[in-house]
Amino acid sequence: MNRREALSSVALLLGGTIIGAEAFLSGCKTGESKLGTSLNLTPNDISFLDEVGETILPTTASSPGAKATKIGDFMKTIVNDCYEDKDQQIFLAGMQKLDDASKAKNGKSFMESNDQQRHDLLVDLDKEQKDYTSKKQPADPNHYFRMMKELTLWGYFTSEIGATKALRYIAVPGHYDGCVPYKKGDKAWAT
Amino acid sequence: MPGDSININNKAVAQNTFDAIVIGSGISGGWSAKELCEAGLKTLMLERGRDVVHLKDYPTATKNPWDFQHRGKLPLSVLKENPIVDRCYAFNDTSAHFFVKDKEHPYIQEKPFDWIRGYQVGGKSLLWARQTQRWSKYDFEGPGRDGYAVEWPFTYQELAPWYSHVELFAGISGNKDGVETLPDGEFLDPWQMNCVEKEMQQKIMRGFNNRYVVQGRCAHLTTPKPIHIQQGRNPCQARSLCERGCPFGGYFSSNSSTIPWAMKTGHLTLRPDSVVHSIIFDDKKDKVTGVRVVDANTKQMTEYYAKIIFVNAACLNSNLILLNSTSNRFPNGLGNDNGLLGKYVCFHNYRGTVTASYDGPADKYYYGRRPTQPMMPNFRNVYKQETDFLRGYMVHFSATRGGHAEMASGQPEIGSEFKEAMTEPGDWGIFAMMQGETIPKETNQVRLSKDEKDAWGMPQLITSVGYDDNDEKLLKDFLSETSTTLDKAGCKDINQHDSKQAPGLDIHEMGGCRMGKDPKTSLLNKWNQFHHCKNVFVTDGASMTSTSTQNPSLTFMALSARAANFAVGELKKGNI
Repeated sequence: MNRREALSSVALLLGGTIIGAEAFLSGCKTGESKLGTSLNLTPNDISFLDEVGETILPTTASSPGAKATKIGDFMKTIVNDCYEDKDQQIFLAGMQKLDDASKAKNGKSFMESNDQQRHDLLVDLDKEQKDYTSKKQPADPNHYFRMMKELTLWGYFTSEIGATKALRYIAVPGHYDGCVPYKKGDKAWAT
Repeated sequence: MPGDSININNKAVAQNTFDAIVIGSGISGGWSAKELCEAGLKTLMLERGRDVVHLKDYPTATKNPWDFQHRGKLPLSVLKENPIVDRCYAFNDTSAHFFVKDKEHPYIQEKPFDWIRGYQVGGKSLLWARQTQRWSKYDFEGPGRDGYAVEWPFTYQELAPWYSHVELFAGISGNKDGVETLPDGEFLDPWQMNCVEKEMQQKIMRGFNNRYVVQGRCAHLTTPKPIHIQQGRNPCQARSLCERGCPFGGYFSSNSSTIPWAMKTGHLTLRPDSVVHSIIFDDKKDKVTGVRVVDANTKQMTEYYAKIIFVNAACLNSNLILLNSTSNRFPNGLGNDNGLLGKYVCFHNYRGTVTASYDGPADKYYYGRRPTQPMMPNFRNVYKQETDFLRGYMVHFSATRGGHAEMASGQPEIGSEFKEAMTEPGDWGIFAMMQGETIPKETNQVRLSKDEKDAWGMPQLITSVGYDDNDEKLLKDFLSETSTTLDKAGCKDINQHDSKQAPGLDIHEMGGCRMGKDPKTSLLNKWNQFHHCKNVFVTDGASMTSTSTQNPSLTFMALSARAANFAVGELKKGNI
């Protein structure tokens, strides 16, 4: 019987949830609860994903970053509702993998790292997922960081902030003009 | 008293009696009803699905991308339950409520066939891609000339006035191009080509003497005329959210146009939730007297009566109803003396696409979302047979700028610089797709299951429709010739793709109850009227003799209007 099974037996006995269940699951080490233990992502998990998203698409002079669009909540929704079981498991396990990679590279968890450390880590992971994906056969599992990056881009640029501040969104263009001037720096159309 | 019950019965019959019944409320049914009502006929329109009222019943029409929890994507549970309709490009979280779900309306595929359906008032006219070319004389002459199907029983010249009739009312944008393979019509102002498409147009038309590039013609109001204003419709706003239903009435649908117009005459009765079971043939009167309808909710059967019936249930459902309409006179389906009902079903070959890059101007962009794109009318086998396959294909193509700027290679795709690059438009890219003619064959057919029924007691339809060698050859030719064309137009990185998609996903299924001159080889005459059952007309895709390379809906509209006016004349003369 592993810890998770033990916990659910206890929960059954007590007829409900257990106070401190997260700490129990993570081995009772305070401040180091394991990430992505279930699809019912915790507030800690969501904060973690918010920061991953923010590192991929940070706040810049021109627009807020992914965190402002609640990208962690968006990832949770899509992973829960739109992902295959096996991809859900890859995504969940990937959260801890990312954190482990952070510890290996920077000597601290992702959340404890500073912006530059986070950035450098995700540059490494992006390279890793690109190398992996370029060699990947269709039946091979997807890479967790590719999922996180895809979800960040998709969620951000379809959010109100992403579409209207980072891109140009016009709900009702009114007409079509086939040829308008463009100068470097002008934003792309959101839709 | 016995007398009372007869009176009650007579009253019920009178209440259920109309001059005309139209089965279906989609693009062709809307036209049939409009024309019949305008001629003063008391008309009953039957629709198997729920009512969808223009403006009122478009729940997603004005929502922004972020208003959808899954940003347009459907949850996996929905996709898993709907593998067929999920393959349709327009099926998503913003439009799913207008599509038939797989489980609700099962059918039996002997060969893979993606049957995409919209069961509601307006049918697929809410969902269609809205491209509206006239067929050319070469399209109508093709089967007779090349001997691959029966001859069309009328000429382009005979249909041309009816094309004009429906174009003027529906509102078709287009340019008068003077190309004989794509006849000009009654056009509102055309949509513009963008600067790259214009460059490509010049290079292609200079480079080939028989390859034309014209702007697509589509059922969108660019510059509405008084007749469109009278319908309560407004100019298309270039939103490109059409499959949600248009709150501006910018594109033509039964809901925005023909149905409310027919309602205004006071002669139309619209009955949603009415599944037509069969058409009633009265052996004593030797003609059709009405239809049997199963109420979609109560499943009770009711009969409705009329002098004439228009069958507009959409191609395969029209076949289904007709096959299910058996009598002593027609034991194998209505009008089916030759046994060909349900046969010679055909479609459009959409398998091939070609993508490319184009070194276009970095200082040019476009504004708005255009509902059409340039097209190259068929140039294969137009004047004579010249390839090892029959017929040809239309090419639709467009140039757009990529969703984001390219980054220098090796630059990290994480962080501020990446984000900025992602917010700028990228290089120009080209997408081209085929719309290939398929050859009607007796073996491509639909028939009724003897065992399986749907929830309304209707036999399930068996589809046995597939590709053949001609389709494979035509696909190959499209891929290689389009690559050559794009190369001549200055494109680079040209890539060919075969989606291998099943027939049906084109949503251009046609035939099964084809028109022709000879009752031995066709079901309908030149007026879409049964050879052997003169008061029934079939004017949707089921009636088509061949597919041409053009989008078919405008032709369904023209045929419906023409047949309805013919039927009114025949009624007045007492011929039917």
